[in-house]
Amino acid sequence: MLKQNPPYREWGLILMKFLASIDVMPIKEILDPQGKAVLLGLKNLDIQGFGDCRIGKHINMEIEAADKATAESIVEDACKKLLANLIMEEYTFELTAI
Amino acid sequence: MKFGVVVFPGSNCEDDTVFAFRHNLGQEIVKLWHKDHDLQGCDFVILPGGFSYGDYLRSGAIARFSPIMNEVIAHANKGGYVMGICNGFQILAEAGLVPGALLRNIERKYICSNIYLKPQSSSTLLTAGLEDRAYKIPIAHGDGRYFADEDTLKQINDNDQVLFRYCDESGVICPEANHNGSIENIAGVTNAGKNVFGMMPHPERASDEALGNIDGRFILEQVIQVLA
Repeated sequence: MLKQNPPYREWGLILMKFLASIDVMPIKEILDPQGKAVLLGLKNLDIQGFGDCRIGKHINMEIEAADKATAESIVEDACKKLLANLIMEEYTFELTAI
Repeated sequence: MKFGVVVFPGSNCEDDTVFAFRHNLGQEIVKLWHKDHDLQGCDFVILPGGFSYGDYLRSGAIARFSPIMNEVIAHANKGGYVMGICNGFQILAEAGLVPGALLRNIERKYICSNIYLKPQSSSTLLTAGLEDRAYKIPIAHGDGRYFADEDTLKQINDNDQVLFRYCDESGVICPEANHNGSIENIAGVTNAGKNVFGMMPHPERASDEALGNIDGRFILEQVIQVLA
């Protein structure tokens, strides 16, 4: 189960709202055929200068928590358990207060 | 011996699986709804092909958290038999019940065609009794490129956990026969306990004479011959 955000509202606490900006990318050991196809397309368009190209996912999610550290630990948990498959992907994220 | 096939939203091979086991193999088989928490006394659970939850996020990633998966995982951990075919294999991999992961096919295309498989493991229920020849079985998937890191790969090879490898018509395991770009031509694997089987090809779609190919039936029959 994912970690539950404690029932702060019921306790009368004011929650902070964040935007979690999450990137999920294929790990470097894995060949990324999508990235290769995009490079080929750019070459066909005669747009020059690009090197290695890797394609992943970007996920934006709003999250409410008591503070930034709590929000971070919840997003971390979500990434590990569902948003990324750590056998083939890695993730990074940033939190911005909104 | 009672078989059960789990139906997830977006599964589309559950009827083929029921037909193969009931009509071609004469077995008792029931459908299990993914929201239930009851395996209805099934000894052998099958996760069928399809596109559970529309393949959103990653193939099998959401289905892996369907309510019935708690019971399926508990069944597998107790040594009970579980088999995942195509999307079912992806769900098993996401659940960590079999090693490795399934990536987008190397040529990025969805492949629907007959391919050939060479049985590998001599120590699993599913493959030990098969002949040493190429079996013609259909595949239909976009995310079938098997991947495992170096350590895992060594472990599954050393422990005889590879069920099938893609081969050509004469049984030669070669790069040309590796349609989806799987590591070491791997088409199916089992867990360390050898009671959970995952494979991308569809044996249930090659089980009836009317379809002109019963190589799949020979594979599914293994389970019955040993357990019945």
